[in-house]
Amino acid sequence: MKRNMTVKHHLNEQLLIGYAAGILPEAFSLVVATQMSMSDEARARLASYEAIGGGLLEDSDEAEMKPDAFKQALKEINMPITKSPLPPMIEGIFPEPLQKYVGNDLNAVKWKNIGRGVRQAILKTDKHATARLLYIPAGTAMPNHGHNGLEMTLVLQGAFHDKEDCFSRGDIEIGDENIHHSPTASDDGPCICLAASDAPLKFTSLLPRLLQPLFRI
Amino acid sequence: MFVIIPFVNQDFDLLMRSFRLQVTPRRMLGKVVKNIVKSTTDLWAQCIISISKNQDKESFSDLFAHFAPRIKSFLMKGGADPVTAEDCAQETMVTVWHKAHLFDPTRAAASTWIFTIARNKRIDAARRQSRPEPEDLPWGCNPEPDASEIISMQQETYRLAQAVKSLPEKQRVIVERAFYNDLSHQEIADETGLPLGTIKSRIRLALQRLRYKMK
Repeated sequence: MKRNMTVKHHLNEQLLIGYAAGILPEAFSLVVATQMSMSDEARARLASYEAIGGGLLEDSDEAEMKPDAFKQALKEINMPITKSPLPPMIEGIFPEPLQKYVGNDLNAVKWKNIGRGVRQAILKTDKHATARLLYIPAGTAMPNHGHNGLEMTLVLQGAFHDKEDCFSRGDIEIGDENIHHSPTASDDGPCICLAASDAPLKFTSLLPRLLQPLFRI
Repeated sequence: MFVIIPFVNQDFDLLMRSFRLQVTPRRMLGKVVKNIVKSTTDLWAQCIISISKNQDKESFSDLFAHFAPRIKSFLMKGGADPVTAEDCAQETMVTVWHKAHLFDPTRAAASTWIFTIARNKRIDAARRQSRPEPEDLPWGCNPEPDASEIISMQQETYRLAQAVKSLPEKQRVIVERAFYNDLSHQEIADETGLPLGTIKSRIRLALQRLRYKMK
């Protein structure tokens, strides 16, 4: 897995704190962990927000532990740990956290066609947000949409652009109530993204709106 | 034996010496003094290294006495009941023992590392779901880390903690509540007022360490 790429678009503070504090829905955490695996800068950013948590822990009050707590801990450290063997990392375009959700790499994704050649695969996470893989053919535009909540889109392969900016592998786009756009895959090849949202998208035209419940977008 | 001046730089000097001598600090210092030094310089890092190298149960005892009650209290602030909080604190400390060899003091302060373990235990306990974690770095941690690298990382982390403490009340409470799990991600405003300069210099240092290891 190629790391250390130059990432232009990073997480915002809200999401960094959210992941560091452990309060993000699972789908968002998956996007964050996947990006961390692709970029050292992303990892360094996160570590700095986690350090805030460490500082708060260090300054925390003390709640008394049960009298035999340490004795119990000593007992536990002497017990052999049963480790479930980790599945071997497969060479591919998906970083490890994503491979765990897919069960393998790109070739194992169970795509569903959602029109205009666009394909998606929903990944199983908790219900607070939805995670999906998206396959957008070269030059194809996603229907114009806005956001009721937060949408994170991480590019895994290829690139997409909207009116504002261009996003390529490792870049993350954060969509919120203020952003209305129609992301378009670059002409060079298909764009594969990992996206997560905590509310249904707001589509401008009727057809995508009607299909929304079906595709859980 | 030592004159302890509660200023960071002097304490770092002391830490440097303890690393050079390769002596566990607890054998050099009395209990009270030890706590002052530890709280400012994070000699806790040395305790974790000592567990990793020598399965040092005395260091584990020191870490447990300091961190277990803090983890318990920290978790209870986010609404965990005392039994769950105690269990999580206990499990966190056992994991500290088992994963001590993965701790890299040039990349994180001991308190940061222990916090991330406790956070993951809390998520596991609450949701019984897996927590997506970034993939492990392809290198392990350096068995003989350079003392100055450890110190600069501890120093940046300490500065960041101080900066968070001196935020205006309202902003500080938001950050604290997020970390206590007492706030949803939607409730974190875009601008938390966190000191960007301090965060950025911590990020720069962390990035240097990651890039250095790549070479």
